[in-house]
Amino acid sequence: MAPASSSTHSAITLNINGEKYPLSVDHRTTLLDALRERLDLTGTKKGCDQGQCGACTVLIDGRRAVSCLHLAVAAEGREITTIEGMAEGDRLHPVQQAFLDLDGYQCGYCTPGQICSAVAVIEEHAAGWPSAVTDDVRPEAGPPPLTAEEIRERMSGNLCRCGAYVSIVQAVARAAEAHEETTKEASA
Amino acid sequence: MTTATTGRTTVKGAVGTAHTRVEGRDKVTGAARYAGEIPFADLAHGWLVLSTVARGRIRSVETGPVLDMPGVLTVLHHGNAPRLTTDYVGMLGIPDPTAALFQHDRVPHVGWPVALVVAETPEQAREAAEALVVTYEREPHDTALVAAHPDAYAADGHMPAVTEKGDLEAELAASAHVVDAEYTTPEEHHSMMEPHAATARWDGGRLEIVDSNQGASWVQSELAKLFSLDESAVRVRSEHVGGGFGSKGVRAHQVSAAMAATTLQRPVRVVLTRRQMFSLTGYRSPTVQRVRLGADPDGRLRALEHRSLNQTSTVYEFVEPSAGVARVMYDADAHRTANHVVRLDVPSPTWMRAPGEAPGSFALEAALDELAERCGVDPIDLRLRNEPETGPVSGLPFAGRNLAACFREGARRFGWADRDPRPGLRRDGRWLLGTGTAAASFFAGAGPSTALVTAEADGGFTVRIAAADIGTGARTALTLVAADALEVTPERVRVRIGDSDFGPAMIAGGSMGTRSWAWAVTAAARELRERLALGTDIPPEGITVRSDTTEALGALAQKERHSYGAQFAEVAVDTATGEVRVRRMLGIFAAGTIVNPLTARNQLVGGMTWGISMALHEEAVRDRNTGGHYGPDLAGYHVATHADVPLVEADWVEDHDPDDPVGIKGVGEIGIVGAAAAIANAVWHATGVRHRSLPIRPDRVLSAGTGASRA
Repeated sequence: MAPASSSTHSAITLNINGEKYPLSVDHRTTLLDALRERLDLTGTKKGCDQGQCGACTVLIDGRRAVSCLHLAVAAEGREITTIEGMAEGDRLHPVQQAFLDLDGYQCGYCTPGQICSAVAVIEEHAAGWPSAVTDDVRPEAGPPPLTAEEIRERMSGNLCRCGAYVSIVQAVARAAEAHEETTKEASA
Repeated sequence: MTTATTGRTTVKGAVGTAHTRVEGRDKVTGAARYAGEIPFADLAHGWLVLSTVARGRIRSVETGPVLDMPGVLTVLHHGNAPRLTTDYVGMLGIPDPTAALFQHDRVPHVGWPVALVVAETPEQAREAAEALVVTYEREPHDTALVAAHPDAYAADGHMPAVTEKGDLEAELAASAHVVDAEYTTPEEHHSMMEPHAATARWDGGRLEIVDSNQGASWVQSELAKLFSLDESAVRVRSEHVGGGFGSKGVRAHQVSAAMAATTLQRPVRVVLTRRQMFSLTGYRSPTVQRVRLGADPDGRLRALEHRSLNQTSTVYEFVEPSAGVARVMYDADAHRTANHVVRLDVPSPTWMRAPGEAPGSFALEAALDELAERCGVDPIDLRLRNEPETGPVSGLPFAGRNLAACFREGARRFGWADRDPRPGLRRDGRWLLGTGTAAASFFAGAGPSTALVTAEADGGFTVRIAAADIGTGARTALTLVAADALEVTPERVRVRIGDSDFGPAMIAGGSMGTRSWAWAVTAAARELRERLALGTDIPPEGITVRSDTTEALGALAQKERHSYGAQFAEVAVDTATGEVRVRRMLGIFAAGTIVNPLTARNQLVGGMTWGISMALHEEAVRDRNTGGHYGPDLAGYHVATHADVPLVEADWVEDHDPDDPVGIKGVGEIGIVGAAAAIANAVWHATGVRHRSLPIRPDRVLSAGTGASRA
């Protein structure tokens, strides 16, 4: 075991899925490698290790981020959500359930990243964020309809080489509808 | 002890009913562990060092300074690595020496493995690998595939190099319409999302490898031969596999991990980086193809010639048999096909989704479209007029050829009847619109497999087979097949795969996996059901039946067995930017019994998505000066992403292989075949310009202009 803190290592505490993980990390260690190699949270995948494929997508303070481009030491004090933190006990997150029901995957390796991205996309859209294909970007226009085109644009940072995009988009749309209904019910 | 039978009420019908993946929950929660994710105590990490020259010899590997770096345990290279045996014939032929690491000082291409640095942590291994100095004696290299390469030669590969009948020149001369065109396809990479990864360790006298591969028993057998071990002394496990597409066989990751585990006598993991994958894991060779067609005024073919050239490495001959598709698809009075290769200072190519058919169908089906234009015949009618009665080259009967049914159903659903065949007429703002079609076929084969099916004392059933689920849904498909053969509900069946201890089995490749494994599972399950029907008592350890399909497959009648399909695409071409966008695609397939409609549709759509990617995006470019790639990563090598893929629909017509116990033909590859041609044909219909080189990049579209602007 490396020393707690030294010129090459630091003792940090990561806050992941609501739990605190104290560990000593090599300063070169990425958040992705800390999750996979040190904390046995292997649900977050390494597809390219250089920010090009989206397989390592996690949520940092609620926003999506590619964990391969974050150093573990810089993630201290942030709230990190990984695929392991999406379900509530045995109850899958609606996005997870939609991926399962509509076969929104094949090999499954991009899936955790796709799901983390989709969860954030639905939130970003609900909060009124426009995308490159949004026609009316004025703040007062409100969120555009979450069409297939909008979903495709917003999910394009997540590659799926099996080519399951069609069913992934259908799964995101279904989960977004469920989310909208829940939000309506909550505000009614 | 329980007395269990398969149940008095007969349960059937699992096959053909949509079923979500049995491992789906594990995949959506992140619980599914892939090869690089299984924890091992005392694990060391290996990092490969690759050559920076394209041809030459290693002069020195300066290990001294690196061995002094923190955490470094060893550096393996040609001077100290264990010796391997390579003069054997494996399941798929002689081994590609690319996997025989560190056996000599020769360097045959950029990115050839020259050393493995092993350290306590991945960070230490990577830093030391990047610091390792290797010096070379350089030699001049040649990495450029050109049409008239003087060193090209006809090569067999997995089919005869050349087939010919009739007098080609005479029939061409007698033809009313002739097409003579050259088509090219670029170097393409599998780029599955999970990089190749393996952990090796010695455990109780056995070499254990946790790996990501397309066939656990295949990799076990190859590693045993390479390391001169008894097969029983090697165990390979590969439970979840993050994509394969032909690339996940015996590669540098398993071999180097096994070498290091042997040297260090502790577990060692080697994970390839994305950039390393571009030179170490195979690829689809670029092709240069020439097609000559001659036809009567009504489009009936008098002459068909399809020639293809691909590159291979200097250490291994791999043939991309692009001319093979013509041997199945169309007959002509004079018929000639030939596959050629040329050896260059490049990595060895390998099988990649629809090897031969994918690039071959692009050239042939684009040429057919050109012929339809010349003849003034509808492209679908042209194909239907040239439907052969028997195999054009083999003369064998077809085991079902439902191509016409695919075209009829596809044309109806796509709205083909309303199509104006003239190009360059349809506009939507700045976009020119067009539609195109193409035919598809892919060989339906099966390989010998063994399966174990156990009736458990608790009333359940366990199937064990060294199958691989690389995203195909094989685990789920076999659950349904076993349930029907046992006449129980799928919930009572548990399928275990990806372990060489389950016995020899076919690989997940050539669209043959599910058919081969389903045959073995069906055979064992049926025999077990017959035994249980006698009311046998089930002991605590269960009753197990083992099957082996070697004999049954050997007795299979010789026929032309293929899946077929009709591909349709609508594209929009931006004449200002040169951008091509696919607006919709439809594929109708005749692919035998569809075991699980949910996953099969997804896989067919995935193949068509590969077709979009092949037509418009994928291209690995090699620098002639260095012999290496420009941008060998997922930013430099583009695969289709969400925004590139519109609503792609796949469906099928009734089809069944009469000689297969389940009627399966296979769906893994047929989806990509013809897809790029349909898109290219649609681009012509939109613009009036033929694009005979893939990918159809914006710069190519812009420099070619449009038929209208040239007129």
